[in-house]
Amino acid sequence: MIWSRHNTSSPLRADATLARVTGSLAMAVAVLLGLVILLLIRESWGMLVDGGWVRFFDSEGWYPQRGQFDLLPMLWATLAASLGALLIALPLGMMSAVFSRFYAPGWMVSSLRRVMMLLAGIPSVVYGLWGLTVLVPLIAQWEPPGASLLAAILILALMVLPTVALTSEAALAAVSPASLQGAAALGLSRKGIVLGVALPEARAGIMTGALLAALRALGETMAVLMVAGNVVQTPGSVFDSVRVLTANIALEMPYAIGDHRAALFATGLMLMLIVTLLSWLAGRREELAHV
Amino acid sequence: MFKQPARYSDVMLTLLVWLATLLVVGLFAWLVGDLILHGYSKLNLAFLLDVPQNAGREGGIAPILVSTLLILAVALLATLPLGLATAVYLSEYTNGALANGIRMSLNILAGVPSIVFGLFGNALFCIWLGMGFSIWSGGLTLACMMLPLFISTTESGLSAVTNEWRHGAAALGLSHTAALWQVLLPAASPAITAGLMLSIGRALAETAALIFTSGYVDRMPTSLSDSGRALSVHIYDLSMNVTGGDASAYGSALVLIITLMVISGIAVGLTNRFLSQRITPS
Amino acid sequence: MKINSNTTSQSETSTVPYTLGDMEQGAACCIPVPHIEVENLSVAYQGKIVLEDVSLNINKGCITALIGPSGCGKTSLLSSLNRLTDLIPGSQMQGKVHIDGVDVRDPQLDVMTLRRKVGMIFQKPNPFPLSIRRNIEMPLREHGVKQRGELEARVTTALQDVGLWDEVRDRLDTPALSLSGGQQQRLCIARALALEPAILLMDEPCSALDPIASVVVEELIHSLRNRYTVVIVTHNLAQARRVANYAAFFWMTGRVGKLIEFGRCQSLFDSPSHDLTAAYVTGVSG
Repeated sequence: MIWSRHNTSSPLRADATLARVTGSLAMAVAVLLGLVILLLIRESWGMLVDGGWVRFFDSEGWYPQRGQFDLLPMLWATLAASLGALLIALPLGMMSAVFSRFYAPGWMVSSLRRVMMLLAGIPSVVYGLWGLTVLVPLIAQWEPPGASLLAAILILALMVLPTVALTSEAALAAVSPASLQGAAALGLSRKGIVLGVALPEARAGIMTGALLAALRALGETMAVLMVAGNVVQTPGSVFDSVRVLTANIALEMPYAIGDHRAALFATGLMLMLIVTLLSWLAGRREELAHV
Repeated sequence: MFKQPARYSDVMLTLLVWLATLLVVGLFAWLVGDLILHGYSKLNLAFLLDVPQNAGREGGIAPILVSTLLILAVALLATLPLGLATAVYLSEYTNGALANGIRMSLNILAGVPSIVFGLFGNALFCIWLGMGFSIWSGGLTLACMMLPLFISTTESGLSAVTNEWRHGAAALGLSHTAALWQVLLPAASPAITAGLMLSIGRALAETAALIFTSGYVDRMPTSLSDSGRALSVHIYDLSMNVTGGDASAYGSALVLIITLMVISGIAVGLTNRFLSQRITPS
Repeated sequence: MKINSNTTSQSETSTVPYTLGDMEQGAACCIPVPHIEVENLSVAYQGKIVLEDVSLNINKGCITALIGPSGCGKTSLLSSLNRLTDLIPGSQMQGKVHIDGVDVRDPQLDVMTLRRKVGMIFQKPNPFPLSIRRNIEMPLREHGVKQRGELEARVTTALQDVGLWDEVRDRLDTPALSLSGGQQQRLCIARALALEPAILLMDEPCSALDPIASVVVEELIHSLRNRYTVVIVTHNLAQARRVANYAAFFWMTGRVGKLIEFGRCQSLFDSPSHDLTAAYVTGVSG
């Protein structure tokens, strides 16, 4: 006796048309990523072939007109800004999530979440505007010029804070009540429950949130462009003006030609690869967490 | 067993946590308060209806609002059909290789920095397809950025509508198409619209991608091939390139934020309605 | 796309179009005439067999109860009768299912028509998020009934049949989801009846309802005898005794659902041939 497979779609013509239409449109979407990568590679080809990419690391500074494309100062600036932002945003975000979940009186919880969601929705230009008009002069009073790595770190921290807070809150909410009740039944204090049970159990979700925040920080352009000063130099102190990779692209694209333009596209490609790696990592963590 | 005096570490954590939250809320209040303070003087009808004068320091933002709306319209024109079709496809063929491939690529696209989309849009639409700096280029680039978010929220809206109705419709001898059209899509429509609102919100906040695709021109656009300045780009220009442009920048920022709040309010309201529709009284 | 009651499947070759034809409504139940013939049916999901080697005949106009503990494949049996198993990825069927002599798995068969003639009621009431009227009208329209007059008539008849007419006649355009659970379930039955099926499959139709609603629905099922052939899965043995003419008892043997005993309801409960059946119906096990 032959087993027959019965998981095919209905034989009606309408359904077949539907399948074809949605299928072809879906294909168009499917190729989008490939198209992006392809175009980036194509436009940056000049800088990539024949060992051209070496120029990114052994040039004498960033002087595109003279064919010098040293990316390192900007790379350090990007990393410093993002890491600094994470160092501030992660603890703050986690603590406000802990507050929301375990310490806040009931009426506060939803208002807090709404505040976080509003913060998450503020456009980067607006953060940049505020940073430029309020934060930078403030820092300048302390130590000129004000438009600095510190400003970038602070603004980025403010921008990724909602992401960290919201994902941490969701992760903490997912901690099984059984664990919490068990801990309470053992006589643990609130601090003990939070630090000993809730945070460890929510660790996976929190880390995913951290990865997403890192993603956002690395990819941020406008806000950092507006407050960081945009001088190409390896930062020696937090008060130095710096230029991050994303801001560099934004600033120089309007007039870049030839190798210069290719270099900018290559930077874009590099950013894309880093982001893909981080996304993939975050995705893997999610999968592992659900296993 | 009597009440113990609170332990030091407990008090510390409580303090820390309260402080952290107060700090965060305080910063938020500072930012929004500042915005309102500096921007509300500009909030009048004249601001919304006049053209910019004196490089934007005075006058209004009418052409910019029009450009923004047009760019959004173009983006939606591309996103809605492509996004709906793909989401329907994904929800019907959930486990196929193509479906998983699409999902993965959309996940990656969702994390791509907007400046990279700016590069992409510039290379593809402005140069390759010869559209130059135009509302077309800007809108289509935005569509590429909106698609991942829109597709994922629509797909989850459709999946939430789920098997009860899907099986019920099949048991009545209805085709997939009929079930989709008559039951599933209408039932998922609040969730789909909410997703749409979120995507629009993201699009409106976009700056870096638009600078290189729809350009800087702040005149009233006469066609979709004209270059046009979006609201977010205007804020950027006023604050960075125009000395004394801060007041207008704040005004524009306030307009943008208020629009975004209204949109996200609609999104939340729709999501709640969608969720409450699922609860059947018994 | 209009689908009339005698539509055929879209076949490429020029074979004779195949339909189930108009089935007679069930004859009186005391004359057993097979309506559904199941022969050596096995159902598996993604390689895991849930039901093995089931053979039984469902008689016309009778109410047949499928009883037994959860997981024995009763719902799978039901789903294979109207090919709803097609919707479950990785499902496989082996064996024969004939309704009025027609093989349900025949590739020439129009599944839409099959499912119109064989209606299904689910455990959890699932009226569409449409108005009461549209819940019944929409499937009718999809199956080709377009005329206003006929639609109205069939909606009224269906609602009267299930005893809902008086309760909802002045709010036909209000959302179906605003009805109570029992009313929703009766609406689902009305929706199926409006398509004029010959067979009704019911998967624990009362288990999600409160006791009072349960009674109303049960009485409705009872009234369907002789007019329709009903196959009902139920966990409620008392209900099975009250409502059914025939009963089929299922049990898990070696991780696979099997049919243990089948016969007239009365004799299965009062003098079961199988030890397992005896144990189950007296509440000793299961």
